[in-house]
Amino acid sequence: MKLPDLLELASGNLRNSLLRNGLTTIGISVGIASLVAMLSLGIGLQQLAGQRLSRSGLFDTVVVSAWRSVEQMERDGRRDGAPLPASGIPAVLDEDARRHIEQLPAVLEAQPEIRFVGEIRIGGESFITSVAGLPPSSRNDEAFDSLQGSFFSSPQAAEAIVRLEFAEEWDEQNPRAILGKELVLRYAERRPLPPEPAGDSGLSTEGSDGESGDDSYGFTVVRRELRCRVVGLIEQEPFGGMRSSSRARVYLPTGLVETLDIMQSSDMRGAVQAERMQKTYDSLMARVSSPAQVAEVEQAIRRMGFRTFSILDATRSLQRFFVILDLFLGIFGSMALAVASLGIVNTLVMAVLERRREIGILKALGASDGDIRRLFFAEAGAMGLAGGAIGVAIGWGIARAINWGTAYYLAQRDFPPETVAAVPWWLVGAAVVFAVLVSLAAGIYPASRAARLDPVQAIRYE
Amino acid sequence: MDTPQAATVDSSIRVERLVRHYQLGPELIRAVEDVSLEVAAGEFAALLGPSGSGKSTLLHLLAGLDTPTSGSVRVAGKELRGLSSEELARYRRHTVGMVFQAFNLVPSLRVFENVELPLRLAEAERAERRARVLEALERVGLTARMHHRPAELSGGEQQRVALARALVNRPAVLLADEPTGNLDSRTGEQIMQLLEQCNRTLGMTVVLVTHERPLAERYARRLIFMADGRVVSSAAAAGIA
Repeated sequence: MKLPDLLELASGNLRNSLLRNGLTTIGISVGIASLVAMLSLGIGLQQLAGQRLSRSGLFDTVVVSAWRSVEQMERDGRRDGAPLPASGIPAVLDEDARRHIEQLPAVLEAQPEIRFVGEIRIGGESFITSVAGLPPSSRNDEAFDSLQGSFFSSPQAAEAIVRLEFAEEWDEQNPRAILGKELVLRYAERRPLPPEPAGDSGLSTEGSDGESGDDSYGFTVVRRELRCRVVGLIEQEPFGGMRSSSRARVYLPTGLVETLDIMQSSDMRGAVQAERMQKTYDSLMARVSSPAQVAEVEQAIRRMGFRTFSILDATRSLQRFFVILDLFLGIFGSMALAVASLGIVNTLVMAVLERRREIGILKALGASDGDIRRLFFAEAGAMGLAGGAIGVAIGWGIARAINWGTAYYLAQRDFPPETVAAVPWWLVGAAVVFAVLVSLAAGIYPASRAARLDPVQAIRYE
Repeated sequence: MDTPQAATVDSSIRVERLVRHYQLGPELIRAVEDVSLEVAAGEFAALLGPSGSGKSTLLHLLAGLDTPTSGSVRVAGKELRGLSSEELARYRRHTVGMVFQAFNLVPSLRVFENVELPLRLAEAERAERRARVLEALERVGLTARMHHRPAELSGGEQQRVALARALVNRPAVLLADEPTGNLDSRTGEQIMQLLEQCNRTLGMTVVLVTHERPLAERYARRLIFMADGRVVSSAAAAGIA
């Protein structure tokens, strides 16, 4: 029998027992709705976590540092703490290294993570606090979604953004009043000293080759002041609180901070280790064009002799967690579908009994066992298709209701709305296909039973 | 569409030493026992005998609805024994048409759809199907009732629909299992006239199972008597209509 005829006969048969087939279809719908609602929750939560982490800049960022632990350096007995690559690029994290990293394919920028302790004077009050540099790309961080005031007008602007807790310390009653105020930052500048003539100090200095007298570099520390205007106020820690600069309370543009040549903790190590008295960085944050290229960039940077760290491993753990969560949600959601599939078996077995004579007639007229089997499969599949489509619609409605309820709950507590349940298109398609497959599986027994009927017995059946 | 059997091809029936036994609990039912007979192409034969004599079982064996325990059934040159269920289905689709005592129409389908069923199974094109259904309904005089459901028809009309359904695939052999059993004598007569007309005008071989000897004598050309699963006698009918 041709497919259109098969479907026409099947739909006619389904219409003949509209109530029973309708109830069975509703059973499938409930099962699929439960499955879709459960999975939409898992997918929504996964997307939410993914977005949060992605916007924290951790997924597309490689942290580059030059130094291994002191224990490692001692164990290796190496002076530089990192292997020197064949390319000859120094394993010192300085401006040259930064340029090399920035030239790597897929690397968008390599910004130093500069954090230091400074004194802030504002409105006659003085605070010792942590100050950090912020690159322009951090504007997309979710901490700036609720930015009051504005972001830095340029990468070198003498402007500051402060955390709310700092502003509250300044004025607990009216922290917003800090916006537009001028602050004075007092910091320690690292100023290089010219090389000392050999023997002047009377002390013997020793170079790497054991020769002495030509390795006397040094710097002095000078207290400096910088005037900035407070342009922005943020509540959250930038970068999801997962970088060292996240913990600062006052932020300046990285471009500006770099020009200040502020004394960093790495300068002490640099003074004893670097080949020359150049400026070095504690770490660089290399931003990659997509998370998929993080591993490749990490490898390239490691080949330069630097250490790297990315959140990629943590992401894999997170993905594994959500796969397991989805699996369990799917299993719980499928339970209703399993019950519904028993409904299909019951409906079709009843149909085989009721239509026994009709099956006999069809066989007497020339229907093969395969025709009969396909007819019952078509009926099961049609119920699955209808049930799947209705179920997806109900599941989508449940997901919307969950989102609406969550948004209402969050709004009551002054939080922005969040999408915790998502029904992507692939879930719509997969749920309908799954409903049809489950229905066809449920139809195997009744269809086989119908196909095996003895036509002579079936025709005599009253 | 699979190639249908034209009524003009060899439509003879040859049965040799046919046996059909059933096991009913501990009892062995010898429904058909060593039956051999031949029905020539275009012949109208009637199988007569008391209930349980094996007439219907023999007809089911000829229709390929049942499989013999032993012996041979050859219809239109085709040996049925050993055919697969798929091959038997194809044989029923194209070589034989069947009419039953209980009409056996599908109650949920309209008259047109009931008659169309064998054509759907044979995968005939939709346009061709309509023409063939109308032709079959016209032959039995029920074109006006084609949109009715079986429950809205009289017994005689239902049997005429069943006959149209049996004819629609233009089978070589028409097998009728007590087609007048549920009808009054006048309506039964009409059905017999239609069967005789099919035999005469279309050249179909007709095998009729009945226990109404007068009707059989009037319309069939040969009477085959059965008892206890065996053919006890075979003779030309006394008065052909």
